[in-house]
Amino acid sequence: MNQFSYVRPANLKAAIDAVAKDKSARFIAGGTNLLDLMKSGVVTSEKLVDINRLPLKDIQLSEGALHIGALVLNSDLAAHDLVKTQHPLLSQALLAGASQQLRNMATVGGNMMQRTRCTYFYDTTMPCNKRAPNSGCGAIGGINRMHAIFGASDSCIAVHPSDMCVALAALDAMVLVTGPKGSRRIPFTDFHRLPGNTPQLDNNLGKGELITAVEIPSNHFTKNIYYLKVRDRASYAFALVSVAVALDIRDGVIHEARLAMGGVAHKPWRLPEAEKALAGKAPTAENFRIAAGIATQSAKAYKHNMFKPALALNSIQTALQKAASV
Amino acid sequence: MSAENDQHPRDKQAGRRDFLKQSSAMMALALTPPLVIKAAAHDEAIAGIFEKMPVNMEINGKKMQLSVEPRTTLLDLLREQLALTGTKKGCDHGQCGACTVHVNGRRINSCLTLAVMQEGNQVTTIEGIANGDQLHPVQEAFIKHDGFQCGYCTPGQIMSAVACIREGHAGSPEQIREFMSGNICRCGAYDNIVNAIVDVKSGGKTV
Repeated sequence: MNQFSYVRPANLKAAIDAVAKDKSARFIAGGTNLLDLMKSGVVTSEKLVDINRLPLKDIQLSEGALHIGALVLNSDLAAHDLVKTQHPLLSQALLAGASQQLRNMATVGGNMMQRTRCTYFYDTTMPCNKRAPNSGCGAIGGINRMHAIFGASDSCIAVHPSDMCVALAALDAMVLVTGPKGSRRIPFTDFHRLPGNTPQLDNNLGKGELITAVEIPSNHFTKNIYYLKVRDRASYAFALVSVAVALDIRDGVIHEARLAMGGVAHKPWRLPEAEKALAGKAPTAENFRIAAGIATQSAKAYKHNMFKPALALNSIQTALQKAASV
Repeated sequence: MSAENDQHPRDKQAGRRDFLKQSSAMMALALTPPLVIKAAAHDEAIAGIFEKMPVNMEINGKKMQLSVEPRTTLLDLLREQLALTGTKKGCDHGQCGACTVHVNGRRINSCLTLAVMQEGNQVTTIEGIANGDQLHPVQEAFIKHDGFQCGYCTPGQIMSAVACIREGHAGSPEQIREFMSGNICRCGAYDNIVNAIVDVKSGGKTV
């Protein structure tokens, strides 16, 4: 790791100032991704601003929405009674990610800020438009088995690695941020970006803006939910494809459906057309097949991930069936 | 593996840049009155690039006042500064679990946290779980069930196993496998490790 200075600010304003006013300063919370990146030389920050002592660790109901502080640990969130009873999809997704040791360190905000695990991004001897803009993309003509099938560009085909974010996208969460110019709310699905010509930007945060909380609006997705993660080993691996399903089934009819995928795009990938196709329909294998077909229509594969569109198609159907039959 | 053999030409350039930056910073530091380097009023703590920083921790029950560079990981502090070499450095990237320790009673990967971030915390390493000469029940079970071959991952496995039982995640072999998945064993002693944990759990001893 390069040498850096370290600040532990006493309050939110001091933390934001410290990053807003210093080009090379970054926030550090759990550190599980940032320190890894710094050891690999992918990130060379000259100042780390430790936000772990800031009062952003609360989980509470506020006007029906579940307010989750940005510094809540992934393990605490997954095990919290309000999450398990009201948003069990989030709990399942969290437990599908990383290991218990990492979940004991990783925070909600940090999970959202984690970088892609594309090997070309991590290997500083390789071209990568995300790490070094305009250096090219090693993955497009390289080994791209883990890479995107939706929303990619000629600049970047990396995927966002989070499981938690897939559930939060499906649950229409809201991201609360505070920066030098004040506070704002960003719908979760607008938080992360598609690569376009600027793959170096993972999300829409401005310099010095800090995630302070995530809010999940109340919903009826307490029973018919499922998070399916398909990976190379049974646990502790990033997703090839993951599917978050939440169904509100009333009297044998799907009142509302939510579908999102992980491991397939530069951001958590919501599937609004498939959701629409399921609304008002019976939860049958045939309707699930039709929805999965709609969801994967625009998939575009590369040399080594040709299996992904079919895997996505089958995974969506499996996840829908699991969610419906609970 | 030597760092020099690893270095790519681009890294060498970066190294020269860093050196130039560092030398000018060093000069600036030498010319700066000491007061300027002190913490600003709104910061709880601060350390400059070349400064060591005081850190207080309780390690295996012993209160310690330490001084570390900001970039020192908890793992490197334990092994290099405190000679607590029971905690192993495997991948150094949070992928293998060999560096697992407990902080305030919870298992974490000590390679992915900075020592300065652990101010005021209680750290327990493999050296701290036996009661004198009396091995911890999980240590005994690993011996009884042959839960290792080369032994390199074992301290991390044991620290993780103790936490797994305490968390209530050792209810079945399946649950144990899932919640021990952050600890890799290249020798493949997994079955025996699971048996050791099942044995301790079903024995009902306090861990």
